[in-house]
Amino acid sequence: MTNIWNHPAFIMIIGALLLPLFKGSARKPYLLLVPVISFLTVCGLNHGVYGVVNIIDWQLTFGRVDSLSQIFGFIMSLMCIVGTLYGLHEERAVDHMAAWLYVAGSLGVIYCGDFLTLFVFWELMAFASVFLIWFRRRPQSLAVGYRYLLVHTAGGLVLLAGFILRYMETGGDLSFVQLDVLHPTLAIWMIMIGFILNAAVPPLHSWLPDAYGEASVGGAIFMCAFTTKTAIYALARSCAGFEILIPLGVCMALYGVVYAVLENDCRRLLAWHIISQVGYMVAGVGIGTEMAINGACAHAFAHILYKGLLFMGCGSVLYMTGKSKFSDLGGLYKKMPRTFIFTMIGGLSISAFPLFSGFVSKSMIIAAGFHEHILWAGFGLTLASAGTFLHTGLKVPYFIWFGKNNCSEETWEKAQDPPWNMQAAMFAAAFLCVFIGCYLPFLYDKLPYANHYHPYNGYHLSETLQILLFTAFGFFLLLKKLAPEPVISIDLDWFYRKGGKVFMWLVRKPIQAIDTAWGCVYKTVGIAGLMLTAKFSGWFDWNVIDTVVDGIARTVRLIGGSVRRLQSGQLQYNIFFAATIAAAAIFALAFV
Amino acid sequence: MIVSFIDFFRDRLKATIRWCYVLLVVVAIWGSFFVDNSHAHTSWEKFPFFWSVFGFFACALIIIGSKWFGHLGIMTREDYYDD
Repeated sequence: MTNIWNHPAFIMIIGALLLPLFKGSARKPYLLLVPVISFLTVCGLNHGVYGVVNIIDWQLTFGRVDSLSQIFGFIMSLMCIVGTLYGLHEERAVDHMAAWLYVAGSLGVIYCGDFLTLFVFWELMAFASVFLIWFRRRPQSLAVGYRYLLVHTAGGLVLLAGFILRYMETGGDLSFVQLDVLHPTLAIWMIMIGFILNAAVPPLHSWLPDAYGEASVGGAIFMCAFTTKTAIYALARSCAGFEILIPLGVCMALYGVVYAVLENDCRRLLAWHIISQVGYMVAGVGIGTEMAINGACAHAFAHILYKGLLFMGCGSVLYMTGKSKFSDLGGLYKKMPRTFIFTMIGGLSISAFPLFSGFVSKSMIIAAGFHEHILWAGFGLTLASAGTFLHTGLKVPYFIWFGKNNCSEETWEKAQDPPWNMQAAMFAAAFLCVFIGCYLPFLYDKLPYANHYHPYNGYHLSETLQILLFTAFGFFLLLKKLAPEPVISIDLDWFYRKGGKVFMWLVRKPIQAIDTAWGCVYKTVGIAGLMLTAKFSGWFDWNVIDTVVDGIARTVRLIGGSVRRLQSGQLQYNIFFAATIAAAAIFALAFV
Repeated sequence: MIVSFIDFFRDRLKATIRWCYVLLVVVAIWGSFFVDNSHAHTSWEKFPFFWSVFGFFACALIIIGSKWFGHLGIMTREDYYDD
C-alpha cells in the first residue's frame, strides 16, 4: 500500500463511482472484478504503516497493516465478493454503489491508524448503509432508514466527543491504539460507548433487528457482515480487557436468544441472533487475553460467513416468495431444496456443530472464559449456544421448509430455488463454513496471536454433541410452544418510536396551538402596537427631529448670511471686528 | 435428490425418531462414561450426563422463559406502531 490509491477502501470507492459507466454486458464482469481486485490487494499487503498524510497539525494514517487488521480486512473483502455475487442480478447501479461504499467505510476503519480517519470512514459506513434499507423501497423502509440514521448519528456524535476529549487530554494524540482501559477516563468511556453502539450491545441494540429486517434482500447480506464486526475490530484494537464488556457481552448473547424465541420474521430472527453472536465477541474482547482476542477474531471471521449464508438463505425465500414471516411460510423443502441445504449448513455452523465453522471459533471464547475462571460467563455463553441451535439450527429450517404449510397458493406457486448467482454465492459461503470447520490452519494461521487452542478433542466433542442433541430433543418436545404467531415484540426502540410520536403530537397539537394563539395575539395586539409606534415615530420625526434639523439649518444660514455681509474685504473693518472679539474674549476670561 | 432423501426419512418417521432416541442415548452414555473428563472446567461437569441435562434444561428454560416474558406484554399486534 505504498501508494495510497492501492488502499482496498479507495479501490472500492473509485469502483463504486465508476460503476454507472459500465452498462449492459460490461456491468456483471465489472461487478465481480472490483471486489476481486480489492480482495487481492488485501491478500498482497505486507505488515507496516502506509499512506501517512499530514494535514494541518494532524497526521492521518490510512494504512496500518498488522495481523489484527489483516484478518478482518481479509474476511470483509472476501464477503464483499460473495455479497456482490449474490446481488449480481440487481440491475440498479445505486444498490451496488451503496454496498461498495459501505464496504469501503469498513475497510477504511480496519486499516486506519488514527481516530480522525476512523471517524470519517465510520460515518461513511453509516451514511452508505442507510441506502441499503431505503432501497427495499417499501413505504416503511423510509421510516426505518431514518431511525437507523438517527441512532447512528447519535452514536457518531458520542464517538466524536470521545475523540475530542481524548485529543485534549493527551495533548493532541489521536492514535488508534489500545486505550488504558484499566483507568478509563470520560474520553475512553465515550469512545467505548460509540463503538458498542455499532456492535449493538444492549441497551444500544434496537436499531439492528429494525434495520436488518427491513434491508433489501441483497443489502442485508452486506449489513449483517460489516457494521457489527467492524465495531468488534475497533473494540479489539482499543478496548481489549475492558471488563464491563464481559457482562455486557454475556447479557447480549442471552438477550438476543430470548427475543429470537418471540420473533415471527425469519430475517429479524437472524438479526436477533447477530446480537447474540456478537455478544460472544464482545465478551471475548472484555476478557482480553490473547486466547480471548483470538476467539473474538476467529468468531467474527466465521460469523461473517455463516450469518451471510443464513441471510442469503432467508433472503432467497423472501426474494422468490415475497414472504419472510414464519406464519406465511412452511413446507418449502420440495420447492426450494438447495436453499434449504445451504441454510442448514449456515444453521449448523452458527450452532457450532463439529466440522462446521462455529465449532472452531465460538468454543475458543467460552474456553477463554473458563480459563480465566469467569465461570458465570462460560456457562452463560454455553446457555446461549443452546439457544442458537434452537433457533437458527432448528426453528428457522423447521418453520420455513417443514412444519405446517402456511403458504398461500400464490406463495407456493412462486417458491423455487433462486437464480444461479444467488445459489453460487450460497454455495461459496457454505463451502467456506465447512472448510473452516475441517481445515483449521485456514483460520487459525490468520489469528493475531499465537494459537494453542485445539477444538477437536474428545471432551469438547462430547460436551457439544450432548448440548446440541438434547437441545434438539427439547425443541421437538416443546414444538407447540414455538408455533409462529403473527406478532411483533416491543423492545427498547419503543422509547424513541413512541417518543417520536409524542414529539410529533407535541409539535402538531400544543406547540401548534401556542403558535396559532401567538399569531392571533400578534395580529391584534402586535400589529396595532406596531402601527401606533409607527405613527408616533412619524409624528416625532416630522415635528421634533425635522424641526430641530430645520432650525439648525436656518440658524446656520442666518449666521452664514451675517458673516457674508461682514466680509467686506476692507482691512480696517476686519481689524475692528477682530479687536472687538479679542476684547470680548479677554473681558469674559477676566470675569468668568 | 435432496427431496427424495428427505422424503425417505419422512416416510419412515417413526423409525427415524426411534433412531434419533438411540443416538441421544449413545451420545449421552459415551460423553458421560467413555470420554476423558480430566480437562473439565469445573467439578460439576464430572457428573454423568451433566451436559445432556444442561442442554435439555437450557432449551426448556429458553423457550418457556422467553414465552413467559413475551406474554408479559412484550408480544403485541403487528400494527402496534402504525397508530
